[in-house]
Amino acid sequence: MARTESAGTAAPETTSGAAVPAATTRAPARRRGMRRRIELTVLLAPPLVLFIGFVIVPMVFAAWYSLYNWSGYGPLTDFIGVQNYRGVLTGPVFHQALTHNVIIAVLSVVIQLPVSIALALLLNRRMRGQTAMRLAVFTPYVLSEATAAVMWLLLLQPSGFVNALLNGVGLGGLVHQWLASTSLVLYMLFVVITWKYIGFGIVLLLAGLQGIPAELREAAAIDGATPWQATRRVTLPLLGPTIRIWIFLSVIGSLQLFDIVWIMTLGGPADASQTMLTYQYINGIQRTQFGYGATVSVVLFVISFVFALAYQRFALRRDTAGAVTRAVG
Amino acid sequence: MRCNRTIAAIAVAVTTGVAVAACSSGSSSTNGGTKSNSSSGSSTSTKATLTWWHNGNTQPLLGVWQNVATTFHTAHPNVSFSIDPIQSDQFANKMPVALKSNNPPDIFQQWGAGQEATQLQSGKLTNLTPLVSGWIGELGHAAAGWQVNGQQYGIPYDQHVVGFWYRKDLFTKAGITSPPATLAQLESDDAKLKAKGITPIALGGQSRWPDAFYWEYFAVRECSQSVLQQAISSVNMSAPCFSKATKDLTAFMNTGPFQQGFNAIQAQTGAGSSAGALANGKAAMELQGDWETSVVPALTTSKNIISELGWFPFPSVSGGAGDPSAVLGGGDGFSCTTGAAEPACAQFLQYISSTPVQEELVQKANIGLPANSAADAVLTNPALKAVAQAHNNAAYISEYFDIAFPTNPGQALDNAIANFFAGKGSNTTIINSVSSSSGH
Repeated sequence: MARTESAGTAAPETTSGAAVPAATTRAPARRRGMRRRIELTVLLAPPLVLFIGFVIVPMVFAAWYSLYNWSGYGPLTDFIGVQNYRGVLTGPVFHQALTHNVIIAVLSVVIQLPVSIALALLLNRRMRGQTAMRLAVFTPYVLSEATAAVMWLLLLQPSGFVNALLNGVGLGGLVHQWLASTSLVLYMLFVVITWKYIGFGIVLLLAGLQGIPAELREAAAIDGATPWQATRRVTLPLLGPTIRIWIFLSVIGSLQLFDIVWIMTLGGPADASQTMLTYQYINGIQRTQFGYGATVSVVLFVISFVFALAYQRFALRRDTAGAVTRAVG
Repeated sequence: MRCNRTIAAIAVAVTTGVAVAACSSGSSSTNGGTKSNSSSGSSTSTKATLTWWHNGNTQPLLGVWQNVATTFHTAHPNVSFSIDPIQSDQFANKMPVALKSNNPPDIFQQWGAGQEATQLQSGKLTNLTPLVSGWIGELGHAAAGWQVNGQQYGIPYDQHVVGFWYRKDLFTKAGITSPPATLAQLESDDAKLKAKGITPIALGGQSRWPDAFYWEYFAVRECSQSVLQQAISSVNMSAPCFSKATKDLTAFMNTGPFQQGFNAIQAQTGAGSSAGALANGKAAMELQGDWETSVVPALTTSKNIISELGWFPFPSVSGGAGDPSAVLGGGDGFSCTTGAAEPACAQFLQYISSTPVQEELVQKANIGLPANSAADAVLTNPALKAVAQAHNNAAYISEYFDIAFPTNPGQALDNAIANFFAGKGSNTTIINSVSSSSGH
């Protein structure tokens, strides 16, 4: 909305506010504008205060703490500059943790996404038991992370259900120490994460599929497209925005992985399932190196933020074009 | 426009102001309350409320602490309590924040030693030395673990000793007539158990600290008391005996005494834990604290599990410079903070240390060993009596290293040992973990 900055001048105020007739006198127009501004202020101030108090201020504090060697007790006295950052960025265990986060993110996109799309396409068809099947795939998502983690922890014990089942069906050769093996543990966690979150992806994709008019596929079919071609050339491109949002949520979720890992493995054995957040908890909280822990948070924030910005800029730009409201005044 | 900005600014300022006022008024009123209590000074004649954070968040300890507070209140009507039972692990998160705030709890769970020294940096721990000098002697050497630089900043209410819990039935089955006294005997008993298809020792490696017990006990056997004390106070384990401990541990691990997949097994939670394996006869032994007696009953359906278990101290290691009677242990206690009403807080800790309360803790809360050995008389379980005897006869008690060191090196040591058990790292990473714990 274009407007002239004429308040307080002697010249008659003009406004291009569509609802305001040109002939209206100055006073009611200003009053109306002011009322809207008060309204906005009253509505926006509380969330703004909460956002500043609970998001911005803690972030500033974390950045401040990260410059100190601080055990969490007593005043901040030992200023060490960027030494904590050097420690985090050159630490082999942090590298390992970061690699694990990236592995989970890549596996999510490469494995979870195609499986989710396939299941969503399947569940989008009219068939017997459709609702029950949708419910079944979505149920794990409803469980809390802690519940899912404890359940899988019990299933994957050396003498737990999974190994007993494998033995029972004559596949004893496949029995492994699922969570005790440093080479397997990360992939077992990925299996649990997939089990837990695939329902969410499917529901998201189903919602996207509902928004694609059936006529488009029908038209493609009339033009001689095979069902596969219709899916490949019509459905999937139209599902693009949903898929791109799913990737965004999934990657950010992978970078911030904590609960399931912490309950099932505590980042072990021998750091084989350490993620950036378990690393932060161990070093920041358990070892009471709050300055160092704050540094890990800042690094994690920067990684997530850069990814989010880059992704918004390059992948989501088309999807969000026009959705961003312009400033009011 | 300017006018509108002003309105917006005022609105934001007012909202912020209200929020800030709301926060600050809350804390200042609490503060004022506490301050007025503390300024009541040397008598308990003015009313005081003591906030108390303890780790007895489940029965029976929860009920016993409530009862202790009620009884004390009856005798001292001016002192009342506001109790917050908090699960042990949560103290690591809560205490730094609480001790930084203006209203920390008046009494809180304290494990002593290096962790206490770390908390002392907050300047909010009461130096109890002058307040308890009249009676602290009753606790004997138990109180030493709660001193920093010779000053008493905490008081223990129980003592813990780490040793081997074993199943008598499985020992009999393997033809073992008496518990092993030397490392060589332990290894030969392991072989006998394995020959009968029994897992000799359950280990909860996922929890990390049970791994550390082994390395620490080998260090206690290999190093003399003075070397141990020197290492703890200088946070440096370069003395050769510590490397010998790693060598002993490596040799012991090579005999394969532990259950498969121990790296992914929790120590105390659930029937699948190492304590659960012992409770259900899936392993013959576990190296654990005396609290095992309060943990195992919940993990099995067996009604007489406690009487099925026996106890023996960590075996002697030939050629070690440590006294073979020395034990690895620690305990639970409480600290007062500087805002707490005194002498009420110190009097309450004295009350907890008194024989009747100590007996109640042993009999009703299964705390293991009382801090005041006058209450040892009510220990009925033969295994716990053996623990108490080992504790009282010990030439010295070596505090668990992760508590003895300040928190950061202590935790770094636990991690390095657990990694070693999982095949990552070496003697050097263990030895250097404490001194280079600023590196991660």
